[in-house]
Formats: sequence, structure tokens, C-alpha cells
Amino acid sequence: MNKTWAIVNKILPFSCVDGPGNRLVIFLQGCNFHCLNCHNPYTIQLCQNCGQCVGNCPNLALSFDKGKTVWQSEQCKQCDTCIQICPNQSSPMTYRYSVEEMLTVIRKYLPFLNGITFSGGEATLQLPFIQQLFAQIKSTADLKHLTCFIDSNGYLPRQGWQKVIPLMDGAMIDLKAWDNHVHKYLTGRDNQRVKDSINYLAARNQLYEVRLLLIPEQTDLLFNVAKIAEFLNLLPHKPRIRINAFHSHGVTGNAKNWHSATQRDVENFATQLSKYGLNKLTLPAVYLT
Amino acid sequence: MTNMTAFQQQCYRVVTDSNLSPKQKSNNLALLAENHLPYVELDLETKHALEQRVICDMYEGHAPYKPRYVLPDYQLYLKQGSVWLELEPANDFDDALNMLTIIYHHVPSVTGMPVYLGRLDELLLPYVGSLTENELYARLKRFWIMLDRNLPDAFMHANIGPSDNIICRLLLRIDRELKQVAPNLTFFYDEKITPESLLTVAIACICETGKPHIANYNLIAKDFDKMGFGVVSCYNSLPVAGGGSTLSRINLKEVALRSEDRHDFLTNMLPYYCRLQLNLIKERSQFLYEKSNFFTNSFLVNEGLIKPERFAPMFGIFAMAEAVNILQEKAHLSGRYGQDEQADLLALEISQQLADFVNQHTVTYGWRNKAMLHAQSGISIDHGLTPGVRIPYGEEPDPVSHIMSVFVHHKYYSSGISDILTIDETIKNNQAALLKICLAAFELGMREFTANISGNDLVRVTGYMVRLSDIAKFKQQGSRTNTTVLGSEAASDSSGFLHRQPRVISHEQNMGHS
Ligand code: SF4
Ligand code: SF4
Repeated sequence: MNKTWAIVNKILPFSCVDGPGNRLVIFLQGCNFHCLNCHNPYTIQLCQNCGQCVGNCPNLALSFDKGKTVWQSEQCKQCDTCIQICPNQSSPMTYRYSVEEMLTVIRKYLPFLNGITFSGGEATLQLPFIQQLFAQIKSTADLKHLTCFIDSNGYLPRQGWQKVIPLMDGAMIDLKAWDNHVHKYLTGRDNQRVKDSINYLAARNQLYEVRLLLIPEQTDLLFNVAKIAEFLNLLPHKPRIRINAFHSHGVTGNAKNWHSATQRDVENFATQLSKYGLNKLTLPAVYLT
Repeated sequence: MTNMTAFQQQCYRVVTDSNLSPKQKSNNLALLAENHLPYVELDLETKHALEQRVICDMYEGHAPYKPRYVLPDYQLYLKQGSVWLELEPANDFDDALNMLTIIYHHVPSVTGMPVYLGRLDELLLPYVGSLTENELYARLKRFWIMLDRNLPDAFMHANIGPSDNIICRLLLRIDRELKQVAPNLTFFYDEKITPESLLTVAIACICETGKPHIANYNLIAKDFDKMGFGVVSCYNSLPVAGGGSTLSRINLKEVALRSEDRHDFLTNMLPYYCRLQLNLIKERSQFLYEKSNFFTNSFLVNEGLIKPERFAPMFGIFAMAEAVNILQEKAHLSGRYGQDEQADLLALEISQQLADFVNQHTVTYGWRNKAMLHAQSGISIDHGLTPGVRIPYGEEPDPVSHIMSVFVHHKYYSSGISDILTIDETIKNNQAALLKICLAAFELGMREFTANISGNDLVRVTGYMVRLSDIAKFKQQGSRTNTTVLGSEAASDSSGFLHRQPRVISHEQNMGHS
């Protein structure tokens, strides 16, 4: 049976970096990568209902009921104590939304929206929900002008994409490293499926953007400019390419000590890519270095 | 030196100030002299409230001898010329620009400089003649530079739009190229007239300079008559061929502090201070109209460019956020203004009540015999007080939620209200997003749409623009631009104005010496 609700980490009614125009972004909880550089590590795991955080909330926003950890958002002061305590790198601060409830949220912000984008975590882990929501949007008179996007790590297999492609308007895919072993070191997973997704989506004109995250000394993107350019140049419908600059603010573990990508790093990388004829490049507007 | 009176010492400090220009000094000296006169006559209660600063006269001076904001009918002036200025009607574009350049020097206001330059595209279009785009560009660019250099006051305000025309497009282009602080610029948007392509150009300009500020033309026009309105200084909408005679404001925080609870605030205290503010307004305008002789000897009146009955006193309020939060605390409720539905509803009730008060009370000297309600955007001495009905610095939610919690107030403040959205620089790569939220804001009923793109050198501090680099320079060498002084005061405010969210206050005069 199809899942008719989603576990949501947060919803933002304003985003100008998740597709064209202003977008409502729905961040789904849960991810199948374990990126060392993750800026929101508490979105990776689903809550195991172990209860450890419950007694530690200074604002009594957490309780335990029938084996489940319950979070009351009205009491919560966003102090993040629970996130720091959680042994599972998860968060009790998630919401369950049915498709109907999500449509209500979308309608609330409708005049402001050009579209909606599912992000994460990894959005595609809750694909049935996405399918149903997109299907509703596309078949409802007051909503069908909204464009539907997915921001993904690209690990979804082809059969998954096949299900949503008829309902969506585009995807943003992260390519976190070129060589498989570097990718595996950074994310815990192989990147062949990511490259497959990029090819598959591009062939169907559903690849809106490829995102390249520059992490000095950690990623191999700079050493593989020629190969990356060749790969991207072969795509039938050229996507936009967004270069993101790693910064250590908010990450955990060893990545805290990694160097941030500077404007020079990014511009140097962009110049090299453009030498190979790649021109739809978006660079960061601000550098937090 | 030691024998100087207190008054002389004040004057001496102004005269010897190392950061003020001679012109700024003479303005300050004039104000000191005016304030050496007795205050216009007030009853004891009003006087007391004023001394306690529950109501505030904006430091306009003890004996008002000129209206605060003057919006001459420049169209009539170009058409008929001026006897007093010995000018023939304008024949061509150069005549028109020259005539405007001349008259601006004769338009008084609280700053001593014109706060209104007119609807420039509408004024100049009849004189374009056979000039090519390049010829117009060169002339308008010189004109724009002249305005900034000769009248360096960022409260000076030009209006353009809503129609798509060559002057409007050229001024947007020139303003974007020059990135000057002055003049401030308001673009009128009318969904029936303005093409999206033109609004898109305006949005692109905002991304680079924070200007123009976009006004919801149809919505504002409903509060005015056929002669129309202008947006001047800090987001004040006022009748053309008239203006704003005086502006007083109620510090809602002080009213809340004096109230036992929400009920006491709404039924006793707020009505009480509203009445006192109305007294203040009446006495001040009476002096202006009956004693100062402004309206009896000004060529602007004699030649029909302004009409005494088209001036409205502005009934201002500020610090709504603090007032609501105090009343919430008194009721042991934790929800804060801008974040909590209940708190926001209380604010709305206050705005409604204020609007009712202003509508129910007549004033002798007022446009349509009324004052006009105004959400006043602050002055540099307001520490820990939020302008108008804005959400406090640093507490603003995302721009969409921000608009959704404040738009409900906009219909009540017919002489102006402003909310400044601070938007991340990433918007530059996706300007369609800014366009969309601007259109949505207008659809909901925002009077005005103003966005600061964080990270630009040119930022809106309150209602006006400053260069961050100018502020850095000012402390060493003074500044050519009047309002940079004010910006630097605001910027050094302990609440950290410019460091958190670029912010707006309207500061029509230098408080440092008054
Ligand atoms: S963030 Fe977590 S610990 Fe903190 S108040 Fe909210 S639920 Fe409690
Ligand atoms: S959030 Fe973490 S600590 Fe809290 S119940 Fe869930 S898994 Fe346990």
C-alpha cells in the first residue's frame, strides 16, 4: 500500500536556491548517504523512539506515549538539546503530513509560490508521497501552475525516476565527487547511480541543475575538470551547473577542521569548467569564509 | 567662553563641530534659534505627555513656520511658468529640467531641502519632443548627478511609473549605474498598466542598489483624489499640490507601560494619548496656518502650486512591537509580535482602533478636515524601539511569513507604512523569486514593497539609502551627504542596526544638536 503521509523535518515558504522563482521547500527526514560534510546531520536518520532525549528537554516539549517519542512544537524553544543528545543522529522534531495537510500548507502560501521543491535529507526515500502530492498538484485547477522539483543526491534507481518523471518539472542532483572511491569516502556510497541518474534525467529533459560542491583537499572535482566537463557536455539537454562552496559552519566531526572553499577556489574551478565550454554556471552569491 | 549662556554654548558646539558642513551648521543654528522661542501653547496634560515623550513632535521645532513636507504641483508650474521666479512656461526638455532645478531650491520642508521631486516621467514626457534616447540619457544623467550633489539629502524622493515609458526606463537605468544615495526613488506599480517586463527591470535594480522602493499604486490611490498623491521622504503618501503640515507620533511602548493590562490600554490609555496627540497636532498646525504666515506669503500658494487645504497633519505611531510584547507579558502570555497569532491579532486591534480614532475626529487644518494615520519609521534616537508596526530587528521571519504577518496593517495607514524585507544575496541569481513575492505582497494588500539585499554597499538604513563605506569614512572626515550622519548614528546603535538586518528609520533632521 502506498504511503500517504511523509515525515517532514521542516517546510520553508521562501527559497530562491531550490529551482526557478520562489519555492516552498519541503525537507523530508531521512537520508541514505552519510556525508562527512553534512550540514544537517540530524536529518539523516529517522527517530528510533529510544526515548533518550525525552527527559533532557529543558522546555518539556518532549514526552513518551505508547512507545513513541512525541514532540510538541508549541512548547519547543529550538534549543537543539535533543539533537545533541540523540545517539542516532536523529531529531524528535519532525512532523507527519498527509497529502491533504500538505496541500493546505501549499495553498496558504500560494500567491507567493512559483513552485514546490522536495529536499532533504534525501527526498526520494519517500517517493510514494512525492508522487501522490505531485499528482494532486498537476491535476488540481488552482495548483497546476506550480512547478514540481526534486532536490536529490541522485541515488534513486531508474525505476524510481520513471515513476515521478511524468509528474515533475525538474530535478537538482548533487555530484559530490568524480572518482568512485572519493565519493565513497565522502558519502559512504558509490557514485555510479548518481551518474546514471544525471544521464537518465538529462535524456528526458528533467535535469534542471547539477550541483558541484567544492571541498578543498577532500573532493577530487578540481583534478577531474576535463572528465566532468566531458560528462556534462555529452548530456543532451545542458543543465545549469551550480558550484557550492564548502564551509565548516554547522558540520560535525572531522569536517569541522576542513578548509572552507574560498571565492578564489570557486572562481578558479568555474574558469576551468568554462574553458571546456560549460557556461550555465551559478556561483555562490556570498562566501561565508 | 566660560561666560556663555547655555544657549550660546549649544550654538558654539554646532559652530565648532568638526563633522558638519556650513550648510548643516546653519540648519542646526536655525533650529536652535527656533527652539529658543516658547513652544506653541499647549494645555497641561498635552505638555506633560510631550515632556515624557509618550507623544513626540519629531523635534520639528517650537514654532512651526513651514510645513513638514511640501508636494508642489510641478506639472502646473512647467505649464504656466512662474511670475515670482520670472520664468516662462517650459518649451522643451531642457527648459523643463532647468525649471525643476530652479524650483527645488524654493520648496521648503523639515530638512530645508525638497522631499518631493515629482512624478518625473509624467512631468517630463510632454517635453521629450524629437530627442533621441541617447540625448535624453545624457540629460537625465546630468540631472541625476546634479540632484545628488546639490541637494544631498536622501529623504528627497522622486516618483516614477506606473506606465512604461522611456523616461521611467532611463531613470531606472541611470540610477542603477550611478548608485547614488540621493534621490530616493519610488516606482509606482499598477497591475493594469505596468507590464511585467518593466517590473522585472525595477526588481533587477533593487537587487543591485536596494532602489527603487515599489508602491502599490491602485491601493494607495484609493485613499486620495483625482489630483493624486506622491510618495516622499520615508514612505509618506501625501496629496499632491499639498503635503504634510506636521507629524507627531505616539510611542506605543510608553502607552503600554502606563497601562494595567490590555483592556486598560485599549479602553483608557490609548484613547487618552490619542486625544493628547490630536491636541498637539491642532496647536502646531494652528500656529503654522495662523501665525507663521507661511500660507499667506508663499509664491507656491499664490501661483496655485500648493493649496493650504491640501495639507494633512500626520498622526504617527511607532513601537507597536514593544507595546504588544509588554501587553502580552502583562497577561502572562509568551507569544511575541510577529511570531505569534494571538500577539499579531492584538496588534491588528490596536491599528484598527487608531484608524477609527483618526477617522472620527476632525481637525480644522487638515485635508478633508482629517489627520492621516502614519506608521512612523523611527529616528536615530529611538533605542530599543521598533519603527512603526514593524517586526523588531533580528526577529523577522523569512520574507514570506514576514509579509503574511504584517500586510493586514497596511490598509489602515493611509499616509504611509513600510516594512523592509531583508533578503539574502542569493536572490540575485533568481530574481523571479523576488518578483513573485512582490506581486503576492501587492495581491494581499501591502501598500509598499521594500527590499534590502544584504551584502550591498548601498543599503537602506531606514527609509533612506546609505553607503556602508561612507559610514566607515564619516567618523574621520564628515560626510557630504546629510543623511549619512544619521545612518552612522543608527549604525552605531547598540542594537547593531547594520550588523544584523539592514533597517529603516526616517530621520528627517539631525538630532545630535537639537
Ligand atoms: S529543541 Fe529539542 S530539547 Fe530543545 S526545546 Fe525543542 S524539543 Fe526540547
Ligand atoms: S530523537 Fe533520537 S534520542 Fe530522541 S527518541 Fe528519537 S532516536 Fe531517541
